[in-house]
Amino acid sequence: MEIENKTVESIPAITIRFAGDSGDGMQLVGTRFTDTSAVFGNDLATLPAFPAEIRAPQGTIAGVSSFQVQIADFDILTPGDNPDVLVAMNPAALKAHLHDLAPNGMLILNEDAFEEKNITKAGYKVDPRESGELDGYRVFQVPMEKLTKEALEEFDLPGRAVLRSKNMVALGLISWTFNRPLEDTENWINDKFSKLPEIAKANIKALKTGYNFGITVEAFHHTYVVEKAALPAGEYTNINGNIGLSWGLIAAAKKANLDLFYGSYPITPASDILHELSKHKNFNVITFQAEDEIAAAAASVGASFTGKLAVTGTSGPGLALKSETISLALSAELPLVIVNVQRGGPSTGLPTKPEQSDLMFALYGRHGESPLPVVAAKSPSHAFYAAYEASRIALKYMTPVILLSDNYVATGSEPWNLPNTEELSELETNIITKLNTEDGFLPFLRNVDTFARPWALPGTPGLEYRVGGLEKEEGTGNVSYDAANHQYMTDMRAWKVSNIANDIDKLEIHGDESADTLVLGWGSTYGGITQAVNRLNEKGVKVASAHFVHLNPFPDNTLEVISKFKKVIIPELNTGQLLKLVREAFLVDARGINKVSGEPFTAQELTDKIEAIINE
Amino acid sequence: MSKIPVTYKRTDLQSDQEVKWCPGCGDYTILASVQNFMAEMGISKEKIVFVSGIGCAARFPYYMNTYGVHSIHGRAPAVATGVSVSNPDLSVWVVSGDGDALSIGGNHLIHALRKNVNIKILMFNNQIYGLTKGQYSPTSEEGKKTKSSPFGSVEMPLNPMSLAIGAEATFVARSIDMDRDLTAGILEEAKNHKGSAFVEIYQNCNVFNDKAFEQLTNKETKVANRINLVHGEKTVFGEDGHKAVVIRNGIAQIVDTKDVDESEIYVHNIHEENPSIAFSLSRLSHGPYGPTPLGVFRKVQRDTFTEEVHGQIDNAKEQKGEGELDKLIRSLGTWDVS
Repeated sequence: MEIENKTVESIPAITIRFAGDSGDGMQLVGTRFTDTSAVFGNDLATLPAFPAEIRAPQGTIAGVSSFQVQIADFDILTPGDNPDVLVAMNPAALKAHLHDLAPNGMLILNEDAFEEKNITKAGYKVDPRESGELDGYRVFQVPMEKLTKEALEEFDLPGRAVLRSKNMVALGLISWTFNRPLEDTENWINDKFSKLPEIAKANIKALKTGYNFGITVEAFHHTYVVEKAALPAGEYTNINGNIGLSWGLIAAAKKANLDLFYGSYPITPASDILHELSKHKNFNVITFQAEDEIAAAAASVGASFTGKLAVTGTSGPGLALKSETISLALSAELPLVIVNVQRGGPSTGLPTKPEQSDLMFALYGRHGESPLPVVAAKSPSHAFYAAYEASRIALKYMTPVILLSDNYVATGSEPWNLPNTEELSELETNIITKLNTEDGFLPFLRNVDTFARPWALPGTPGLEYRVGGLEKEEGTGNVSYDAANHQYMTDMRAWKVSNIANDIDKLEIHGDESADTLVLGWGSTYGGITQAVNRLNEKGVKVASAHFVHLNPFPDNTLEVISKFKKVIIPELNTGQLLKLVREAFLVDARGINKVSGEPFTAQELTDKIEAIINE
Repeated sequence: MSKIPVTYKRTDLQSDQEVKWCPGCGDYTILASVQNFMAEMGISKEKIVFVSGIGCAARFPYYMNTYGVHSIHGRAPAVATGVSVSNPDLSVWVVSGDGDALSIGGNHLIHALRKNVNIKILMFNNQIYGLTKGQYSPTSEEGKKTKSSPFGSVEMPLNPMSLAIGAEATFVARSIDMDRDLTAGILEEAKNHKGSAFVEIYQNCNVFNDKAFEQLTNKETKVANRINLVHGEKTVFGEDGHKAVVIRNGIAQIVDTKDVDESEIYVHNIHEENPSIAFSLSRLSHGPYGPTPLGVFRKVQRDTFTEEVHGQIDNAKEQKGEGELDKLIRSLGTWDVS
């Protein structure tokens, strides 16, 4: 469909944000645009944002839902900073997001929603289109509702159902503007509404109407194309962190030759792990939706005792409830993975916003001396490997392991170069089927290398044993209140965990190794930090970065890495938790860049702040 | 009688650990009853798992030469649920007390019963907190004077049978520590029951709540106060059966046998689907005072959680085939970059 007067400008990257009412289908539009771009071959990263309320009042700021995607012809690590394009489906969406739009950015408004009522509801005193506050942006007003109604006249659909398709008009128009073919989305619509062919046809008509609007209206004749990215060769899928994490657990169970048990109680933003795993029963996955967070953890301990790869998943407030049960797993020395998809806290806090504020809680949030390994996912695709790694450690060392994700990793997505599953390492377990001494079974006779105790499973004759939360005698596992034994067992549990430092990947340096400044991070700040360091290196600023996947124990070369640099900067979405740990463990005068606004760092924000500290 | 595949001596079921309850505690009698029963129940001991929470009763697993988990206060039904659903071949028993099961663990108890998880819950009810040295429990009678209620408890106690029936339990029974035959019979019924079984066992705490069940154990009073529920039999009790239970307008009542037509006397039916009569029977007493029903209140069939979960897994495998990782990671669509 070549138009004579169409100009196509090639650009390296573009960040688009779709914003509208919760019911406007913005997540769907964003996902469709993302998938089409992924198939086209762009690199990309996404950031969905939705209100904690399921149906906040229509037209209000509280009810605005948005989806941001950055597509690029190069390797990108974040969903972009300030969007270049903002699609606002109503005045509230405009008000909530305009301040982020880049100068001279493209602003596409659904003009039909700009009625007085909606304008007032959004908190505007005067129509923002007339107040001058949109000066400095390229504004395109599109009568999306009118277009939708006209297009769908031929279908026998109720009024509300008709207007639901207006998001397809928006998607069609954006597809035109960024030279994206419609076929992929048409196939998706046909597939999704295969049982409702009339709805499928209506949505496709709306999609084409938006596209054709671009063809017809001269204002849209300047279009853009983002070419394919030079990604490493391979087969890719677009994955978000919750799905990546779920698949990592399934893979770990398979490679350990165990079945997976996932005990959970619904909680935002971890529930999608429960949803995803409950689909895959043909992998022998048992999902247990418990009566509460405590039961979810307790049943997982029962499953672990019985020989499952047992996992319990939650978010911050739920981790608090699981604390006592984690201590039991720690004392009984049973393998257990505890997933914490962090959100803003304390208490109910910000259920749908990212924060890294449970690090200290993961490390220390238990009674007694109770060290356990902590692993963190750094990106949506890395969540797969982080889940695999947490499972590996739990099974090999007979210990609970806390796996940290956060809302940014969990709901954001990126292309994932699929691994060769045959190359994933087989996972060791400590399952025992025969007596381990001539005189009988000693359930706490440890492996000399890992200090792990043997894992005897009910159903195995001759190994019947009892275990609980009371202190156990080394070897026999019998209840013991002996003073020297408690000292020994406490030390042993700590040694067992610190010894893991020798069995994990070393801390790697990224960027300019000859720099004086190291930016140290963990978890979901990976993309932002790495991009900031790349930008600074391109500018000639000497700086390097390193990123922790293991927060306890730290890799055994951490001191060596830190010692190479004069300055250490630690950006975190908390008030300085890794900062305290690093200062304490390595006696280094590290500096923090901290933020708890419920939003991730932008790469530019980090670039500026890191540079400012370097220049001090 | 069918041949029992595995039999043990009682000593085979005893672990090498010294039993550390107070001398004279009712728990000893229950332990002996359970060990005797299990020696002959026909299940290999490696397939038996005892799970407990916290409290005096919760030490039970340490004394059984089977697999066992001494878990956290109140959580035993949840831990046991994980054990049972993970390995349906196991015979899973929970040992709990009135504080453990009804106070801190009340939520787990009702949900395990509702889900009909294939676990057998033995709740030793001594109507007192023993391990913490004598505070009132959720089954202590109103007015009970204890260390934490020096002026008397102001709380309405729970009726465990009513609670279990209300929680959709499929098997509900009550025994008493001293009556070993009754306990053995109920354990046998519980073992054979498909799904969750809730068994309350009145247990004397001779240190902190001695003689709480005396009306049901004392030679002089027990005949008058024990209403023995026996499936298929008329519910009469007392000296020469001079008292009877009748159901009037759906409500169980105690009457003088001579005052009613024989046909009106309630014939106990543990298999009655509607739980109303079992519930009404549970209301005949509120604690072991005066005439109190003992025996199996209810035993009905319903699909078990354990079977249903595995049924869905088997179906999924039948329909989609055994899961393959390579297919899974490609299930959202892929594209190639060359």
